[in-house]
Amino acid sequence: MTGIPLVALVGNPNAGKSALFNALTGARQKIGNYPGVTVERHAGRLALADGRPVELIDLPGAYSLDPSSPDEEVTRDVVTGAQQGERLPDALVVVIDAANLENHLRFTLQLIALGLPIVVALNMVDLATRDGLELDPDTLARELGVPVVPTVAVRRRGIEELKEAIDGSVTGANIRAIDPGRGDGDEYDTLLNTERARTIARRTIVSETPSRRLNQRIDSVALHPLFGPLLLAGLLFVMFQAVFAWSEAPVGWIEAGQGWLTATADNLLPEGYFRSFIIDGVINGVGSVVVFLPQILILFFFILLLEATGYMTRAAFLMDRLMARFGLSGASFIPLLSSFACAIPGIMATRTIADPKDRLTTILIAPLMTCSARLPVYAIIIAAFIPNSSVGPGIGLQGLVLFGLYISGIVGAMIAALVLRRTVAKGAAASFIMEMPKYQLPLLRDLALGLWQRAWIFLKRAGTIIFVTTIVLWGLLSFPQAPEDSPLSQTEYSIAGRVADGLHVVMAPIGFNEEISLALIPAMAAREVAVSALATTYSIDESDEEQAEQSLTQQLQGQWSLPTALAFLAWFVFAPQCLSTIAVTRRETNSWRWPAFMLAYLFALAYLAAGITYWTAVGFGL
Amino acid sequence: MIPVSLDDLPLRQSARIAAINWSALSPADGKRLRELGFGEGVAIQPLHRAPFGRDPIACKVGRMTIAVRRAHACAIEVEVSET
Repeated sequence: MTGIPLVALVGNPNAGKSALFNALTGARQKIGNYPGVTVERHAGRLALADGRPVELIDLPGAYSLDPSSPDEEVTRDVVTGAQQGERLPDALVVVIDAANLENHLRFTLQLIALGLPIVVALNMVDLATRDGLELDPDTLARELGVPVVPTVAVRRRGIEELKEAIDGSVTGANIRAIDPGRGDGDEYDTLLNTERARTIARRTIVSETPSRRLNQRIDSVALHPLFGPLLLAGLLFVMFQAVFAWSEAPVGWIEAGQGWLTATADNLLPEGYFRSFIIDGVINGVGSVVVFLPQILILFFFILLLEATGYMTRAAFLMDRLMARFGLSGASFIPLLSSFACAIPGIMATRTIADPKDRLTTILIAPLMTCSARLPVYAIIIAAFIPNSSVGPGIGLQGLVLFGLYISGIVGAMIAALVLRRTVAKGAAASFIMEMPKYQLPLLRDLALGLWQRAWIFLKRAGTIIFVTTIVLWGLLSFPQAPEDSPLSQTEYSIAGRVADGLHVVMAPIGFNEEISLALIPAMAAREVAVSALATTYSIDESDEEQAEQSLTQQLQGQWSLPTALAFLAWFVFAPQCLSTIAVTRRETNSWRWPAFMLAYLFALAYLAAGITYWTAVGFGL
Repeated sequence: MIPVSLDDLPLRQSARIAAINWSALSPADGKRLRELGFGEGVAIQPLHRAPFGRDPIACKVGRMTIAVRRAHACAIEVEVSET
């Protein structure tokens, strides 16, 4: 990596940094983590006009060099050369929103004072013009003493010029004019910077006409006391509806592909351990998880879209008051909504919450949002046990049960928040101050890139954690082989069966059978593994061909009682069955205390909920 | 002219910030407000109030739209512009 110049993109939140990063690097990006913290490190290569490469990193958005969040801390540490695992950049590209000059210039002045070569990207000049603002980039360049390039990142405008300016700053061709307007005083002095930022902004603005109120017109609907919440509820409804409706076809293709692979392997391979390993372990194990990729992507598509258009902060605004009742703020709404896709990005998104107690509470309740990994579990149980009947026009009983499970998670989370805020996360009431960016039509290519990155992370997970656990489970289930005359089934005879025996003692009071106890062990790796584990367990026990033809749904119907199935659903609403979530909590809270607490309280809730469900159902004679 | 708090300002009424009672705000909130451009003499206009308790308030500050809680608005004193 040495020898290639390193350039960092810095700027206020909502300056369009990420779009600019995409425009400069294209799809050649690498997402990693900074050591010790979960702040994502986005790096990419950009090629200068003559083909020389430059390594570009996209730093988290910040308002100043005086950090209020772990994100801003990384930004400060990188630009001052204090970040572990990152060398001091050779140059900075400061991204500022043309329509927000005065505010963004304050941070720019702080950055210039650091003394690194700097190029300013005057971004979103088109929106500024739409807003009735005419700017003179040359004046700004003169005032700041650094090159200024007007850009429109989402439309890929000004990118070549920006590359040229970057070339100049990394080769040292840009001689920095010493700014006579600034003495040796404290460069971090906010007041002084504010004053200077205001003056420079005034000089740069050529003309200013009252804004064309497109933004305000949208907001007058989106934030309307009546239509606003209706619109939000409608959007959420469409989003969850789409997760099921749009995924039907692609799920069918994946299942067809899986069926074809199974049939092919069945024909090609000789009967024996190896065939059982390939079909039961690899194809069915991994396939039962990959089949949920379409739903996860649809959910992420909506979340990325809501974020990129600028609507997400409006949702936070509308929800703030409601969240305040439970001791949280609208800022928690965004991470919690993301947690419906997956708690991991959700927990990582809590970094924008300034208050530490507020943030801790949000992290602790994030796993209660029904993440997409629970869908496979819910879907299979509902399909097997809840009749596909109608309870009203357009409302199916199966859909209603699924809706109920989502609601149980949300209600559980709200009650948990209320209790946590009065006990372990006691502190001042949460606050809410949030910038609401201008609405923007996102570029499809940027959305597709974000979606591709999510898909890749999921497939990597399926290919590694899920693959390995499925295989280990297959091994534990297949050995030692039960002798022909054994009264026990293969599962009961195997190593896994004997471990599950012990666990079953604890789980039996809440109605869980041996197979469930068994499936819960590998499901610690990831919830969706519960499905593949059940599939593997039942498929290994198949002695005769006829039974093997049965689907997992039919197997479950034959072997589980209704109260057991309902208890199993209730368990998964609360159970913290995902090691990645625990790991991310450990990193985000920087101690083992909170992940341990999270495990304990969620398992206790899950056990209670499953127990109550089971015995209530039994009591009603179900 | 009698200064009023931002919380009492009717929606869409343009005003200027006359004074901010920083001591009524937590240090973190004060810092964030400063970083977002709140300060004496800055033009401000409340635009929207959220449903359920008319809290928080979305305000136009300079050229940005910023949401603050009523508790913050109470600490911000404004003067109605002559125009």
